[in-house]
Formats: sequence, C-alpha cells, structure tokens
Amino acid sequence: MFTFGCAKMKNETEESKIRRIPAIKQGIAIDHIPFGNAMKVLDILNIHQDKDSIITVGINLNSSKMGKKDVVKIENKTIKKQELEKISLVAPNATISFISNYKVNDKMIIKIPEFIDDTIKCTNYNCITNHQPVKTKFYKIENKKEIKFKCHYCEKNTSLEEIELK
Amino acid sequence: MTKFKGKSVISINDFSRNDIIKILETAKKIENKKYKNLLRGKILATLFFEPSTRTRLSFESAMERLGGRVIGFSDASTTSAKKGETLHDTIKMVEKYSDIIVIRHNLDGAARVASESTKKPVINAGDGANQHPTQTLLDLYTIKKTQGKISNLKIAIVGDLKYGRTAHSLATALSLFDCELYFISPAELCMPKEIIDCLNERKIKHQEFEDIEKVIPLVDILYMTRIQRERFVDQNEYEKVKNAYVLTKEMLTGAKNNLKILHPLPRVNEIDSNVDETNHAYYFEQAANGIPIRQAVLCLLLGALK
Repeated sequence: MFTFGCAKMKNETEESKIRRIPAIKQGIAIDHIPFGNAMKVLDILNIHQDKDSIITVGINLNSSKMGKKDVVKIENKTIKKQELEKISLVAPNATISFISNYKVNDKMIIKIPEFIDDTIKCTNYNCITNHQPVKTKFYKIENKKEIKFKCHYCEKNTSLEEIELK
Repeated sequence: MTKFKGKSVISINDFSRNDIIKILETAKKIENKKYKNLLRGKILATLFFEPSTRTRLSFESAMERLGGRVIGFSDASTTSAKKGETLHDTIKMVEKYSDIIVIRHNLDGAARVASESTKKPVINAGDGANQHPTQTLLDLYTIKKTQGKISNLKIAIVGDLKYGRTAHSLATALSLFDCELYFISPAELCMPKEIIDCLNERKIKHQEFEDIEKVIPLVDILYMTRIQRERFVDQNEYEKVKNAYVLTKEMLTGAKNNLKILHPLPRVNEIDSNVDETNHAYYFEQAANGIPIRQAVLCLLLGALK
C-alpha cells in the first residue's frame, strides 16, 4: 500500500502543526533523503514486488538541515546490508530509524562505506568487470571537494554523480 | 619494505619508493654478477592475449638465462579463450603447470583478476590501457643508469598520454621521486584526470604543453610514446592525431648534453631514424634493460633472491 505526502509552501507556524508523514508502529524510517531521490530509494528496496510492507513517502518536505528533503517510511520491513549500501549512494548522510511499537529503538546516519562490493558498475567500458563474470569492488576516495570511487580492477575513478547501481 | 616472495606485480601503484629502489638494486646486482641457475627447475607461463615482441621475448629470455623454462601462448585465438573460457578459469588451469605467470591482456584490470585467481605470483605485462609495471621499472632503471639518479630530474612524457599505459605508470612512479614533469600531447590525448589528481596530491610540479620544441631544452629525459591506433574506437580520431609529434635530429640542437631520449617501442614515425645516430638516443639500450629488471622481478617473486 502507498500513501503520498507532497508539500506546498506555507507559513512556518502552519507548517509546524501539520504532520505530513504519520508515525509507524513497526519498521524503518529513512529521513533526510535529498529532494527527488525518494523514488530511487524505493527502487533499491524493490517495493513494487513487496506485498507485505506499507510504504509512506514524503517528497519536497521542508528541512531545516537541507532546505528540502524526501522521507520514506516502510512498515514491516527489515533492510539488508547491500540495500543500505545502495541507499548510501543515492542518499548520503540520510538517517535511518528502526521503529518498534511506535518508538525509535535505534537511529543512525547512513554513511557511504569505505569499500563497496558488487554494488556499482564500472563506467570504464574496457574494464574486465564489464566483459567477464567478475564482481565489482570499489574504494571510496573522499576529499573536501568530492567523493569518488576507485575500481579495484581497472583503477579508474567514478564520481558519486556518475555511478550506476548494479 | 615489502617481502616480495609469493607476491604479484600488478600495478606500479602497489609499490612504495623503497620497493622500487629494491628492485632496481637487485637488477644491478644481477647485471653485475651474471647469475646462471638461480631459477633452475622453475617454469614461467607467458599468457599473451595481445601481441608483443619486446616484453614477451624479454621475459622468456630473462627466465631462460637464469636456468628456468617457459611455456605459454602469444595468440589468444589458439586457446580456450576463443571458446569463451573466462580468464579466471584459464588461470586456474595454468597455475597447475607453472611456478609463476606473466600475462598481457586487452582488458583493463585483467592482471588483477588473474592474481586473485591463483596463489602463484602473477606479473602484469600490460592490461588494456591500465598498467605495465615492469616497463616502468625498466624505464626507471634506464633513467638511473643514464642520469646517475632518479630524484629531482626534469622529465618530459610525449605522445599518447590518454591511452598510454606506460605514460600513466611512469608519471605515477616518478611522483615518488620528486621529479618535475612536462606532459606534451595533442589536447585530445592529454594525461587522464586520475594521474593529474595523484600528482597534485603529492605536490609534484607538472605542466601540460602541445608544443614539444619549447620543452626539449629544459629536460633531462624525453620519453616519447606512440599514438596507439589499437586504443582508438573511432579510427577517424586516430587519423587526426597520428602524426602529431615527429622528433628529428634538428629539433635537438638546444638540448642539454645529458638529455636522453627514451621510447618503450615499437616506434612508428614519432622518432626519425636520424635521431638514432645522436648521443641522445637511448631507446634500444633501454629495451635491453628489460632483461635484468625482469630477472630481478622473477627472482624476488620466486624467492631466489631477497
């Protein structure tokens, strides 16, 4: 089941009174997703094949931290490590809360891991990973200006903006 | 310092400055002492999926002169690769027949895959446009021999800097020795961003030029490279740049006395044959240095020398 919440600009007092995304009893909430990337997060979680989870999405919500953000809440859902890794690439620094009985049991910031295994395609056409059954491996290279990923095999770099998920 | 026995040589990026110095010193020891049977009883498998003259023959000669033996192929069309066998499976088979493997392959990253498919040492003899570490080691050995040092030299690298794996490896290695680098290429074939970023991180002085004649009087080493037809997907693009640089004897008039001209070979037309007779030409001697360097790598990886 899907419910959507889409925000319009209102004054701050009215905005703070409106609960755009209802609380959930059991499941996960992913907050501080960059505006427009909620659907990418849902693609990663493969929700169109998931008949057991109830999904609530907020798009273009106001955020004091980011200006604008998306939010996704999924009831009755556990999340796998590889899904978290993929989400970190489309929503770096998003927060994930694990909810039980309407309470947040645990909360963490989704960080891009230092090493990414079999998650990203190499953008170098001549890389062996694009021609033979070899799982990709990438190392994160981060400086103040940008985040890049170095292919373990062909040693070429791919920027965060260029990456293609497998 | 790295313990070399049992390790693989895949990328110049895996080496520290001390590792490189160790290999060069071992090569010098081998060249001076003329060891004969250090590798007796050992078998080298040479897997050349791409054409090669110098590298393949140089590895085979290096092994045989140390008493070892060689098996392998120089044409992938005669192997199971043509039937679609993966590189991983080929290596799993070859490792049973040999003690050490040398591989040249058209795909970037192939040598790394090979090294992960076996516990035997693997030496990368060139993987696509990526790395060619033993070429770099012999280039450094040549520079050391001709200039007495590697540190703090002014070195120009000319030609196909975009696809040229020897250019990439050499620039990266020289950054460990605080050299000042001059990159001369057509705009379409400039040094990739990854290499430039690495040089910037290491605070290495470098400049990019299209005009070779401005740079010749400034440098100690002029490293020429071929514009490689086989790396171009679009042959029209190759036709535009193939004659970008042709070095002639007349262009060397203002060169420093100690300037040496190097080239990984084969040359096509980028060094005119009238340069061969000058004191600056050193590319054939450079090729000969491949033997002691490859002997050093073979001996260190097989534990015959420490």
